[in-house]
Amino acid sequence: MTEPAVQFKHDARRLSADLRHRQIILTAMGNYEVARDQRKGAFQDWQSARQMAAETKWDAINHLDRHLEQLVRNLEARGTKVHWAATDQQARDIILGILRAKKARIIVKSKAMTSEEIHLNEAMEQAGYEVVESDLGEFIVQLREEPPYHIVFPAMHLTRDDIKDVFQRKLGDAPSNNPEELTMVARRVLREKYLQADVGITGANFAIAETGMLSITENEGNARLTAALSRTMITLLGIEKVLPRLEDLALFLPMLAAMGTGQAITCYNTLYGGPRQPGESDGPGEYHVVLLDNHRTALLADAEQRDSLHCIRCGACLNACPIFRNVGGHTYGTTYCGPIGAVITPNLRGLNEWRHLSYASSLCGACTETCPVKINLHHHLLQNRRNASRRRPSWWQRIAFQVFAPVANKPALWALVTRMGRLGQKAHSLVKGGRLDPAYAWTKTRDLPPVAKQSFKEWWRARR
Amino acid sequence: MSERDDILARVREALTVPAPMPGHDHDTGPRALVLPSMADQRRVLPAVGQSFDEQAALFRRKAVELHADFRLVKDVAAMAAELKAICAAEKWQRAASHAGELTGAACRALGLPILLTDQAFDKRELARCDVGISDCDALVAQTGSVVVTSRSAGGRALSVLPPHHVVVARREQLLPDLPAAFAFLRSKYGADYPSMISFITGPSRTGDIERILVLGAHGPKKLTILCV
Repeated sequence: MTEPAVQFKHDARRLSADLRHRQIILTAMGNYEVARDQRKGAFQDWQSARQMAAETKWDAINHLDRHLEQLVRNLEARGTKVHWAATDQQARDIILGILRAKKARIIVKSKAMTSEEIHLNEAMEQAGYEVVESDLGEFIVQLREEPPYHIVFPAMHLTRDDIKDVFQRKLGDAPSNNPEELTMVARRVLREKYLQADVGITGANFAIAETGMLSITENEGNARLTAALSRTMITLLGIEKVLPRLEDLALFLPMLAAMGTGQAITCYNTLYGGPRQPGESDGPGEYHVVLLDNHRTALLADAEQRDSLHCIRCGACLNACPIFRNVGGHTYGTTYCGPIGAVITPNLRGLNEWRHLSYASSLCGACTETCPVKINLHHHLLQNRRNASRRRPSWWQRIAFQVFAPVANKPALWALVTRMGRLGQKAHSLVKGGRLDPAYAWTKTRDLPPVAKQSFKEWWRARR
Repeated sequence: MSERDDILARVREALTVPAPMPGHDHDTGPRALVLPSMADQRRVLPAVGQSFDEQAALFRRKAVELHADFRLVKDVAAMAAELKAICAAEKWQRAASHAGELTGAACRALGLPILLTDQAFDKRELARCDVGISDCDALVAQTGSVVVTSRSAGGRALSVLPPHHVVVARREQLLPDLPAAFAFLRSKYGADYPSMISFITGPSRTGDIERILVLGAHGPKKLTILCV
């Protein structure tokens, strides 16, 4: 087994038996589900909205070259500097280069999964910069020195007491475990950082090709403040974020909010089209946009799974997934967790090293059913299994199927084996679930239904 | 070859193989895809009434849900009176605003020292203000949103840095829904967009601690909309 697979199994076993963890996640998910269903219900036709969103994203991704050129042309026309990064290393170098050129000291960041993907914070901190995450959830996990637990709710796995503890330890300021008072501590600390920040870094939810704008969705106002008060602003985004037209947001903003957080629309949805323009009184003097490939073009080349680039990172598939709800976000060991993470990580980071994620699924299809842009998630998990075993076939699976196929193809042999199975199962019950059981890995947590006393064929013959 | 050319070349190479259309798993044939029109979007989005009264009532319901304070007033004098009452109740000392017909009337009514953010200003001074008063480009009934831009609402910071944001609007600015809001932005700014356009929907909020709603995470704790 590969190292990530060993870690996954170990953490999954621990967390799926952790009742405290389960309680926290189920409470949070329960509240989310009620709000989400209410918002979906407010749409006049949610299923048609999904189809429209899927088709719009299909157009965006299947004409990506054209849309990217248009986006960049429009951004550059209004004074934005656009950078292209083929790899995570290049993206880090570009951003560190800007920080050096601006002689920056303090960097304020608003939530960006792409920055987690390229491990930007570590790189900036190693280079000696003070980096502050401004989204409350991200700020909390940054203080705890751990990665975000969920792509939308980074601190979902923590209770108010956990958060009070880390504030006390790291900030020396935690009046109580009251969520409002804790939020106000973060507000005070971060407010000063916004005012001091030399450079602000954000992610983006959508990039509008037609008008050359980056759209940022948030609730707290931290991205707004980052984009208003920093002297230089940098937006890092994957090349797949494009939407063709400005008005596409009329559909995507409410859909993202409904599925992401169960809101009709989030508190701030803001479009940035450049640095401070002539006649404007504030805003950064310089605006840099970094477009990240980092294996997205490889995923694009797989026509079968190309639709996984339609993802708008709402997190709905995580919330719906029975595996995610039991093993939690950190167990995946990846930037993007849950079903979408299990689909794209093997394609972005190595099919064989991450093939175990394709099995972290019951194939129930809840992810595919909930996805607002109709990504065929659970079929992609099956395709990843197929692709991985094509590339490196498993010897025991091959032997198993070499035995199974001739048995299943010969009725007489099949009848013999089922009859033996009835006897075998009686004998098996003596060792089942114990260390002497040859199928221990499977049977210790599962029951095998008894083989029927009579096969259908036998029953039919007896009836006549 | 530059990174740009390199990435674009990989994109073009990848796209030589067609992908199935959504909902048409095996159909990769050349089928023209038409992006949804405004009418298509309106058919699926949450319903909005036709008349001004229905839309104003919807905006009010949304405002209540969002913990925003929406007041429809009969004229500019009534708006000024509302504002003076809030000012007295909250004991504002310093206010920030920008030049505008409605904001001008609002600021005169307050009689407080006003920091103007449509000219060069000190951001620390803005952070010390109790309230930011701004115009808006539109109100959206469907979502209870206020649309502001860096050009028409006193820059980027005014509507998000002070702890209370007061928006002054005219009845004509109330639009039914999001498709109408984007169409309006296109017709107003299509040739030259401001560097920032923001849809503000209620006061700043977070649910990051146990998914419990807290207002005023980083932006304003209060949002008041006065519509003349």
